[in-house]
Amino acid sequence: MGASHSASEEVRELVGKTGFSSDQIEQLHRRFKQLSGDQPTIRKENFNNVPDLELNPIRSKIIRAFFDNRNLRKGPSGLADEINFEDFLTIMSYFRPIDIAMDEEQVQLCRKEKLRFLFHMYDSDSDGRITLEEYRNVVEELLSGNPHIEKESARSIADGAMMEAASVCVGQMEPDQVYEGITFDDFLKIWQGIDIETKMHVRFLNMETIALCH
Amino acid sequence: MLGRGALGPAWGLLLALSVLPRARGVEEEPGGAHGETQGFQVVTFEWHHVQDPYIIALWILVASLAKIGFHLSHKVTSVVPESALLIVLGLVLGGIVWAADHIASFTLTPTLFFFYLLPPIVLDAGYFMPNRLFFGNLGTILLYAVIGTVWNAATTGLSLYGVFLSGLMGDLDIGLLDFLLFGSLIAAVDPVAVLAVFEEVHVNEVLFIIVFGESLLNDAVTVVLYNVFESFVTLGGDKVTGVDCVKGIVSFFVVSLGGTLVGVVFAFLLSLVTRFTKHVRIIEPGFVFVLSYLSYLTSEMLSLSAILAITFCGICCQKYVKANISEQSATTVRYTMKMLASGAETIIFMFLGISAVDPLIWKWNTAFILLTLVFISVYRAIGVVLQTWILNRYRMVQLEIIDQVVMSYGGLRGAVAYALVVLLDENKVKEKNLFVSTTLIVIFFTVIFQGLTIKPLVQWLKVKRSEQREPKLNEKLHGRAFDHILSAIEDISGQIGHNYLRDKWSNFDRKFLSKILMRRSAQKSRDRILNVFHELNLKDAISYVAEGERRGSLAFIRSPSTDNMVNVDFSTPRPSTVEASVSYLLRENVSTVRLDMQSLEQRRQSVRDTEDMVTHHTLQQYLYKPRQQYKHLYSRHELTADEDEKQDKEIFHRTMRKRLESFKSAKLGVNPHKKAAKLYKRERAQKRRNSSIPNGKLPMVSPLQDFTIKEKDLELSDPEEPPNYDAEEMSGGIEFLANITQDTATDSPSGIDNPVFCPDEDPSILSRVPPWLSPGETVVPSQRARVQIPHSPGNFHRLAPFRVSGKSVDSFLLADGSEEQSHAALPESTHM
Repeated sequence: MGASHSASEEVRELVGKTGFSSDQIEQLHRRFKQLSGDQPTIRKENFNNVPDLELNPIRSKIIRAFFDNRNLRKGPSGLADEINFEDFLTIMSYFRPIDIAMDEEQVQLCRKEKLRFLFHMYDSDSDGRITLEEYRNVVEELLSGNPHIEKESARSIADGAMMEAASVCVGQMEPDQVYEGITFDDFLKIWQGIDIETKMHVRFLNMETIALCH
Repeated sequence: MLGRGALGPAWGLLLALSVLPRARGVEEEPGGAHGETQGFQVVTFEWHHVQDPYIIALWILVASLAKIGFHLSHKVTSVVPESALLIVLGLVLGGIVWAADHIASFTLTPTLFFFYLLPPIVLDAGYFMPNRLFFGNLGTILLYAVIGTVWNAATTGLSLYGVFLSGLMGDLDIGLLDFLLFGSLIAAVDPVAVLAVFEEVHVNEVLFIIVFGESLLNDAVTVVLYNVFESFVTLGGDKVTGVDCVKGIVSFFVVSLGGTLVGVVFAFLLSLVTRFTKHVRIIEPGFVFVLSYLSYLTSEMLSLSAILAITFCGICCQKYVKANISEQSATTVRYTMKMLASGAETIIFMFLGISAVDPLIWKWNTAFILLTLVFISVYRAIGVVLQTWILNRYRMVQLEIIDQVVMSYGGLRGAVAYALVVLLDENKVKEKNLFVSTTLIVIFFTVIFQGLTIKPLVQWLKVKRSEQREPKLNEKLHGRAFDHILSAIEDISGQIGHNYLRDKWSNFDRKFLSKILMRRSAQKSRDRILNVFHELNLKDAISYVAEGERRGSLAFIRSPSTDNMVNVDFSTPRPSTVEASVSYLLRENVSTVRLDMQSLEQRRQSVRDTEDMVTHHTLQQYLYKPRQQYKHLYSRHELTADEDEKQDKEIFHRTMRKRLESFKSAKLGVNPHKKAAKLYKRERAQKRRNSSIPNGKLPMVSPLQDFTIKEKDLELSDPEEPPNYDAEEMSGGIEFLANITQDTATDSPSGIDNPVFCPDEDPSILSRVPPWLSPGETVVPSQRARVQIPHSPGNFHRLAPFRVSGKSVDSFLLADGSEEQSHAALPESTHM
């Protein structure tokens, strides 16, 4: 697939699948080749070539998301070893801005997809639930950029957030009831009323790829 | 109308104001004549001595009273914007003054406006600028501010000139350059007017930031255009060469970038200074105002854009200053800034009204005035549509038709234009008065008419409103995650976008800027997520206490049957089970959520003793942790004072703990664990609150010593007095807080040499009978509560005086009196 990109059929197919314009696909493909070192697939190690990524506190989680079968729409769990260009585009397409032409329903769907991507990143064991342990893990990583924050406070923040989530999603609980984790429905509930349109979009400009590797 | 009643005093004042200057003439003569002959006079009336400041103060008072008056009637203020009301009031007041005096003695002079009234407003805008939003839309804002303003100025000026050539305006002594000069000063959207009107309209934040940002940043354009055309007018039209035009363009970049640079430099200085104000907390807020004002004056001195300078000073310093100064200082800065800005705004609008009542400045030319109004509105709309069309091709969030309508309609003109037009030299610009009158009409029209109608318009168009939402921890966390994801995606896809730049900037900021500009302790707590967390905790603590007060006692225990409950299983299989299971912050919302780890633990575990141990352990660990952080953080700065402060802290903790235990034992009976959990949660929040009290050291010593002695007296007399819990509990939540604060305060100075300092490891803790079990005590703590007391009550009697002092007026007063000194010994914010 990736190798035979020049075939315009191929490109057109990808346009239909991912919603990117052919220019954008062209450009992303250049980038893909750059990352993979002209190989048809990308492995995790290839991402180490991106120097700017190094400072990202949740770098490992993001890279992992690229190989997550759930995000690649290939299965309910597990990780792929390598991804080809189409998979790469699939992941990238999560971050496409919402089209003006979309109707309300499509916008909602788009929003849900984007949130699902984030949810999958949190839910590392693919059990459909962000458990406290997973949440703590993410928060610790998120705050790891600041060396002055101890794990302890990161953990209590995660706990606080978890309780907040519990109160938003369940509200009243029986004494012996225990909130086990955030399901995707709960996750949507938490995001209710929050505008994510600006938060999860990247402008894929039709500009020359900037060579950040090498 | 309700407002009118309250205006009564204002009228009275005003009459006094207009009569006083005349009275002066009468008074002065006899005063002067008798003064010499009668020798020493017991009382003299020296109006002229105080005249100027007196009149200024009176005007401020009138304006402020008027504001009270307006707000007495909610109906009026919800329909009419305050700025419009103030202008009308100004017109009326001006009329009265003029009727009494027949000269317009009070007008808005450019000096007054530019030096004293404008800076606070702009500083306020910059200091509270939502930075992320601002920089996220910077491109859009700049386009509107630069291109939009030039477009407005050029089209308005040229169109007016065109109409003038057609002869519609009659005979005017006016040239093309005059028209362009007028166009340049009338083109700029005014920050003061926009802020005043848009703050009441509550459109969505993107729209607001675009209109408001434009109004702030277009200052450079206005200043340059104004200066260029003014010098051209002075030169005379035929002498203007192409070189001058090029110079004009160059000067635009110099003025705008230079102004910004001055602002940034002063912001840097200001941040740096506040890093070292730890020991002069009292004057800390002063630096913020003085240095930003200096940035304004400096760029004014260098004839750069002063508004840009002070705006960027505020924008750049806010992060570091807010992190560096103490919470109290931050509050002071916030309120002072808001007060100054709002006061300045009030005075500006009122004086705009007053200034209009002066027959000397009015020169009417129907065609000129009407056409100006038409042109500025039409060209503004056209400009907005054109620019938005370009922008929307690059913007991620599109600006829709509705937004464009609001943006066009929100192009209010204001006092900047007026001050500029008044500055014109009558000898050079022959039709100055016509310009002044037209500017006034334009201002009144935009502020009153558009200000009145923009609210219904926004409602009618269903413009997306801004929503006030409480900060949510989850939202912040996810938002942060998104930020990182986006910048990673941009990295991976090899693009340089907003996120890429933001990411690079925040890395740079963390690595270098923050290290230079922020106090060490602040570097930690500045994290936004932590701030939200902190705020939420504080709010919970406060609402908890408020709830207690509402019920008349702090001792309410909510039974599980009546309260909402949410349980989260925090007991994850971690190596350090104890810590992991209870080392969260207990967060609870009194009305809706109840998260009570202890009760959960209780349910899960059957063996009570184990549970006791856990609680005990946690409590102990928890309470002492801050001290460790504290030591760690401050040993570098405060080596000598460290020991003392540590002890203060220690004693503070003891006090807190004991208070906590006593509450538990006195009140709960039913479920000590719940209570403990709640209390220590609250305590932590409280501690955090306390710990942010500034430790500005005041040089007053004697009251402090005085107080210490008194306190010791109390201490001695303590054993005879049985602690009275009930009284205190009845006093309600707020007082509880207050008491704790007092305790902290009172503990600190005396704690240093407190002889009854007991180490934690006292083995006899469990066996000793706490003092609250002394005869006469009504409430007996359960055995469990006693077992839980983690530390020896050996120094418990130190606590008692304060508890008693809750009732005793004397010690309370004392505590109040010495509050400031005692703060001196309080630790700074050390942990989050």
